[in-house]
Amino acid sequence: MKNMLILGAGTSGTMMANHLNNRLSHDEWNITLVDKEETHYYQPGFLFIPFDIYKPKQVKKSIDKFIPNNVSLIREKINKIDKDQNKVFLQNGLELNYDVLIIATGTDIAPDEIEGMLGDKWQKDIFDFYTYEGAKNLRNKLANWKGGKLVVHICEMPIKCPVAPLEFAFLADSFFINKKMRDQVEITFVTPMDGAFTKPKASKELGYLLEDKNIKLVPNFNIERVDTENKTIIDYGGQEVEYDLLVTVPTNKGDEMVARSGFGDDLNFVPTNKGTLQTTVKDNIFAIGDATNIPASKAGSVAHFEAEILTENIMRYIKGETLNETFDGHANCFIETGHGKALLIDFNYTQEPVTGVFPLPNVGPLSLLKESHMNHMGKLAFKWIYWNMLIKGRHIPFVSSHMSKSGKDIEVKNEPELIK
Amino acid sequence: MIEKTYAGTAVACTDEGYLQELAQWNKSIGTEIAKEESIDMTPKHWEVISYLQDQNKKGTALTIRSIGKSGVVSIKEFYELFPEGPLKKASRIAGIPKPVSCI
Repeated sequence: MKNMLILGAGTSGTMMANHLNNRLSHDEWNITLVDKEETHYYQPGFLFIPFDIYKPKQVKKSIDKFIPNNVSLIREKINKIDKDQNKVFLQNGLELNYDVLIIATGTDIAPDEIEGMLGDKWQKDIFDFYTYEGAKNLRNKLANWKGGKLVVHICEMPIKCPVAPLEFAFLADSFFINKKMRDQVEITFVTPMDGAFTKPKASKELGYLLEDKNIKLVPNFNIERVDTENKTIIDYGGQEVEYDLLVTVPTNKGDEMVARSGFGDDLNFVPTNKGTLQTTVKDNIFAIGDATNIPASKAGSVAHFEAEILTENIMRYIKGETLNETFDGHANCFIETGHGKALLIDFNYTQEPVTGVFPLPNVGPLSLLKESHMNHMGKLAFKWIYWNMLIKGRHIPFVSSHMSKSGKDIEVKNEPELIK
Repeated sequence: MIEKTYAGTAVACTDEGYLQELAQWNKSIGTEIAKEESIDMTPKHWEVISYLQDQNKKGTALTIRSIGKSGVVSIKEFYELFPEGPLKKASRIAGIPKPVSCI
């Protein structure tokens, strides 16, 4: 018997276990998943918890629920990968041999990367909403908060779900309007990028949002430290922004296991071929989702498209065939804009988000890069799709792993070659 | 897309003034773009520019952190060399794309 070993049973790892369970011969392959967690979180739901739109219990289910019967789950911390011996060492001393390894260990926040952030004010005046605990604590804080300066902040790129901080600012505007205290809250969006929107079409279509919602923008802000005494964040250029409540997206890092294994970049992301999803570490090691260093967004939809392509490539690898360099960086994300509306964006490595309709050309029903109530309903419906289709590795009808050009307002002269 | 002329050479730029093709870049073009950003280039500036171009050729996404750890400059020095939005300015002078998020 040969061993297919998957590290991490989050969105990517669970999807791969389901895909490969359907494709690999059970007479020839054992599939094993390793994860220390007991709970599978619906991470897109974290955004809604602080505003009490979702209850915490709506975003969690048991990790086992989504793992096929033929796949073994080992609940243990991963110590390191020994690529030369094709072995993974677990914290409890267990050693696992593999023929093919998939790294799906994701990314986590690292507030300790910024001086002053992880002190006695962490989860008191300074919150994250990228963890279950952070989102819950922030909900409790917002329930009784009397108002003041709310600063929504990104420490540094890359981060998981790059639009989530902006969505947070939009939802905060709605939340305080509904609480009839918007005039007591000053919302500032602070980003290391040169704007809230960084691509030409999105800036043109969506530039009005910040102004309409009276959200102040501080761009090009690269945080050096937090001064918790004076409730100020300070950047390397000396710029200062005061806060009463700081909602930050801390530095995102890959799993420490990657560093212990002796590969990974500065932030523990695994060097991976952006077209094939094979790592550059060794031929029989693949990586997917937030764990990789590929220049695609760190998002569940990206992982979903990657999973379809990685499954094909692993089947090809096993048969000794050349891998397809077909992953185009496709991402498809709903963006909440508050007041029951949302945007939908569809893009890839080379094509910026454009206007048009999705998923059916000329029909929709979802509109791209425009606010609509239908898109908001789409975002809420996505929770059902996630639990029932996406992580079980079922194909979502009409949605291709490659970005489709049909029904979108794409300028032909700039046609990128990667788009079909 | 627009066409601009730097140091007597016509180059294709984005509407925000970033070169479309690093292949069209040369040091004289870099010097003129730097003037537009009110920066007088020194050997240290060029050392940073050359690091950014190497990373771009490798397909690595650039961040302030990675530059700080590059051994070429510290983050503080990077700010001193290219004040206010150093990554954005340095990328433009280097002829590589503007750092962007997904929208």
